[in-house]
Amino acid sequence: MSGLALQNVVKEFGAFRAVNNVDLTVPHGTFVCMLGPSGCGKTTLLRMIAGLDLPTGGAIRLDGEDITRVPTHKRNLGMVFQSLALFPHLTVGENIAYPLRIRGVAKEEQKKRVDELLAMIHLSGYADRPVAKLSGGQRQRVAIARALSISPKLFLLDEPLSALDAKLREAMQVELRQLQQKLGITTIVVTHDQREAMTMADTVVVMSGGEIRQAASPIEIYRRPADSFVADFIGQTNLLEVQADSAGRAEVLGHVVPGLSLPAGSNKGTLSVRPEDVHLTAPGAGSLTGKVTFVRDLGGTIETFVDIAGHQIVAVSTPRARPDVSVGQEVGIALTPDVCVVLKK
Amino acid sequence: MRREPPQTLGDYLPLLFPAAMLTIFFVVPFGTMIAVSFFQRQQGGFYTPAFVFDNYARFLSVFFGGVLGFSLMLAVIVAICCVMLALPFTYMLTRMARKVQVVWLVALLSILSLSEVIIGFAWSTLFSRTAGITNILVALGIMEQAKALTPSFGAVLTGMVYQAFPYTVLVLFPALVRLDPTLTEAARTLGASPLKAFFTVVVPALRNTITATLIMVFIFALGSYLLPQLLGRPQHWTLSVLITDQAIYQSNMPFAAAMAVFLVLVTLGLVALTVIAGRKGEAA
Repeated sequence: MSGLALQNVVKEFGAFRAVNNVDLTVPHGTFVCMLGPSGCGKTTLLRMIAGLDLPTGGAIRLDGEDITRVPTHKRNLGMVFQSLALFPHLTVGENIAYPLRIRGVAKEEQKKRVDELLAMIHLSGYADRPVAKLSGGQRQRVAIARALSISPKLFLLDEPLSALDAKLREAMQVELRQLQQKLGITTIVVTHDQREAMTMADTVVVMSGGEIRQAASPIEIYRRPADSFVADFIGQTNLLEVQADSAGRAEVLGHVVPGLSLPAGSNKGTLSVRPEDVHLTAPGAGSLTGKVTFVRDLGGTIETFVDIAGHQIVAVSTPRARPDVSVGQEVGIALTPDVCVVLKK
Repeated sequence: MRREPPQTLGDYLPLLFPAAMLTIFFVVPFGTMIAVSFFQRQQGGFYTPAFVFDNYARFLSVFFGGVLGFSLMLAVIVAICCVMLALPFTYMLTRMARKVQVVWLVALLSILSLSEVIIGFAWSTLFSRTAGITNILVALGIMEQAKALTPSFGAVLTGMVYQAFPYTVLVLFPALVRLDPTLTEAARTLGASPLKAFFTVVVPALRNTITATLIMVFIFALGSYLLPQLLGRPQHWTLSVLITDQAIYQSNMPFAAAMAVFLVLVTLGLVALTVIAGRKGEAA
């Protein structure tokens, strides 16, 4: 099989299990984002793919070949570190040429390749600059070009954009995604920024506690989260308890929601509804009724905080559909089954 | 923080004490030495104020030139050996657990507390025929017969490297600790074996530190005068030994002073050359 496969990968640091039985298949040319809170094992997993850490158990295969014990320098990969790790004693051109120099590529060929890569990252003519003289975004691009200079089989990035300011980061996300599509290279990015993952990835892998919670396309993760952790971690959501009433119908906060079904074989669940799917109605007209506690008008979006029997629900609307509500007012909330996801407890 | 240049006389006051100490304990004795180096020697250990170049002229002989050359060569070899040993050692030390680092550093600091005399006698025992390390080799069947390894050039070199090694590690340690460990990891992901990563990333990234350390050990080794006498033959004696000999045993202060001044000038010249060469390399 072409691509990367992780099979039952385990990493233990003493008694602590940083990565627990991870199984993942990354087809050739896919852009994968590993997403999760800090300490979830995503960086450890990336380091094992790179060969910088050895797994305690399991196997890592690249294009069918077992590379679990292959040393890092023989894996032919490109990696961008969080600190970028550009070599301070080398110029921009020398940094990019480093993997070629190590492999004994002829000088003229090195120069040709460096010029190609510099053009690709829009830094033509920067070859002789010292890396210390570059701006944050330029250094970022040089680190990417250096990792790509041997056209690696695998492109790994560890929180690559975290050092950049918000605006530049957004621009670089788009640039990185376009570059990856152009080159068709299998890419794995570790990030804790879900916006970044949604922007770039074909597949988002949500991790927590050393395990994969869900691996799917960004929109599927958003629309059909596997569990409440994923639902809460990706974007904003409202989580409510769902129970079966005596007749077996789904009941939310004491109100039956018609058309809503509970997970098979369970009489309890968690309902997730995205703020943009919460519709405010006149009191009594929706499924639930609550009191407005706060209105945050951000110009582009309006967030309305509604308290229903001690549970807070957030509704987001656009200025066009501005709800005519004020703090203290009673409102109804319409829950339609098509926008609600019931998750297993 | 903005630093204002000193404005009034009062602002210079804190400088007064160190300036005075420096003048009394360094500038005055050094000036005296320079002056004495031009004085006329009298038989019987005295000298009279004069301005003659006799002392310097006497120095420009094949014998003293040879000693000077040997001293410089010995110091250079000691510096290179120390850095070559200490750099990989310190690099590995910085990658160890904090506890292990502390144990090693304390052990190295304890070597610093040993006097040159103790180091000299310890090594002369270790290199001796009767009680030396060759006896272990004989016991292991590697050698036929125990033999004395001292006096010899190797013994002098070993003693001096042993003495300068802790300094070298202590000077390299902070720079290596500050070196970003992801630099080596990056080199490895880019296709360099750990050894290649060390030579293509760690060593070049620390070039200035390595140069500074070489100069420091070189100067340190140049002043050594006990170890060459304890572990070497007369042909292994350094200029410092001859200076001591002239000053104390021959009572020829002007000549000793002239040699000392000359040694200082040569040392400064070599250090300046190294620094300039380093700058040129940087620009290229």
